[in-house]
Amino acid sequence: MAATEAFTLVFVGAGAVLFLAGTLGLLRFPDTLSRLHALSKADNLGLGLVVVGLLPQCESVTGALKLVCVWLLAQLSAATASQLIAGAVYRRKPGP
Amino acid sequence: MSLLLDLALVAWLLALALYVTSARGDRDAIVAFIAFGLLLGLGWTRIAALDVALTEAAIGGGVTGMLLLRAEAHLRKRKPGGPSKGVVGKAVTAVACVMVTVGLMLVVLAFPSPAPTLAPAAAAALPATGLGNPVTAVLLAYRALDTLLEKVVLILALIGVWSLAPDGLWGGAPRLRPALVPEPLAYLAQMLPPFGVLIAVYMCWVGADAPGGTFQAGTVLAAMWLLVMLAGLSPEPETRGKALRLTLIAGPALFVAIGFLGFAMAGGFLSYPESIAKPLIVGIEAALTLSIAATLGLLVAGPAQMASGR
Amino acid sequence: MVAAVAEILTGVALFILAVTALGLFRVLRAEFAVERMMAVQLLGTGGAAAILLLGAASGTGAMSDVALLLVLFAAFSCSAFALGQASPNVDGSERPEDGA
Repeated sequence: MAATEAFTLVFVGAGAVLFLAGTLGLLRFPDTLSRLHALSKADNLGLGLVVVGLLPQCESVTGALKLVCVWLLAQLSAATASQLIAGAVYRRKPGP
Repeated sequence: MSLLLDLALVAWLLALALYVTSARGDRDAIVAFIAFGLLLGLGWTRIAALDVALTEAAIGGGVTGMLLLRAEAHLRKRKPGGPSKGVVGKAVTAVACVMVTVGLMLVVLAFPSPAPTLAPAAAAALPATGLGNPVTAVLLAYRALDTLLEKVVLILALIGVWSLAPDGLWGGAPRLRPALVPEPLAYLAQMLPPFGVLIAVYMCWVGADAPGGTFQAGTVLAAMWLLVMLAGLSPEPETRGKALRLTLIAGPALFVAIGFLGFAMAGGFLSYPESIAKPLIVGIEAALTLSIAATLGLLVAGPAQMASGR
Repeated sequence: MVAAVAEILTGVALFILAVTALGLFRVLRAEFAVERMMAVQLLGTGGAAAILLLGAASGTGAMSDVALLLVLFAAFSCSAFALGQASPNVDGSERPEDGA
């Protein structure tokens, strides 16, 4: 197996493990804010690792750029959306 | 592995659909419906219908969700008592839905085994249009009349929504901006639209040769516009505004004009001369994108809620 | 790409989708309405990862466009919903949200 393919499999596998970790956090964590934390942190890192893993498989530079764009967009939007959800949770239950 | 994935996807889609119909509150159902739209977008990619997948993600996972959320907020204000539909009403709705589903299933199962298809013909005529994406060719060349009427229907729907405004507020602006804008939202509304506009331009441009096109691009633009208005960064437009109304009809008007030009230049309504077919189609697409964005944005924004300052 | 690698990528996509679906049903059964909105966030990220993997496995470059829109509209829907939750906006009279 070529080195690029080994690289892809390692990173994609690590990404899958992080998705699993995110879901475990979602299932096990006791309160809303920590569940939100598990979701936004782990899943985004997982997506990032998947993107890194898939980069060597791209046929063109623009294709690779588009993959990176997907991840950057996910970073921006997921982080902000999580803040919005957390803000709504916080206002609903005064006090942590 | 692919078969397993497809089976799992179908199972999750069915489970989510059942959840949507059985959810306790309207809001739960809407949230699950948005999630369903995103998952269905993934489903369309599995049968290689990328154009539909893009539309589903944009409409089902985005704009429709917001439309429903706003409608729900509006209804909640009217009827604080919660859902009041009786058992009979629910049963009748359920039976009607099941009948539609069963009917569709029977139709699908009744197809002859190699289903009748016009795909080879569509692909064969592709060079005449100068396009590379057969879906765009169907939408803007082979069946251009359908697309034109669709856009007109969108505008009719918008007129229907506008006419819900009370007499005193006619011509005024809808209200999207909440009393208090959370800070992250203002940040998102500043950061996301540049990305979104770029994606919309890309979608519109790439639609000629690859999956994408006017409707997806217009929906992305509409979502970005809504986001900016939600965060209060740009005021909601007055529905009486001349520029706004011109934007709404510019796309369909250009479409009709080029359609009539077809009589003179290519011997029929909505037929393009072969040499400039592609520039004409791309031009129509660009104008339609703006009109669709304005129409969808205003559909979600709803009827006027603030009197117009004339 | 080697066929075996494509097969493995499809398998990973299936795994990520399965894990996402698990989280999805947990979140949808959550106590607070706001928390249920995480379902959309979850599907945006997990769905995008799965689509990118499937796109690479099948060699379809345009699949990443779908992932792009998925992420974009997940964020859009989330903010629209969080906003309706956060403030007594359009209606001016927010009913105490369902805790049950």
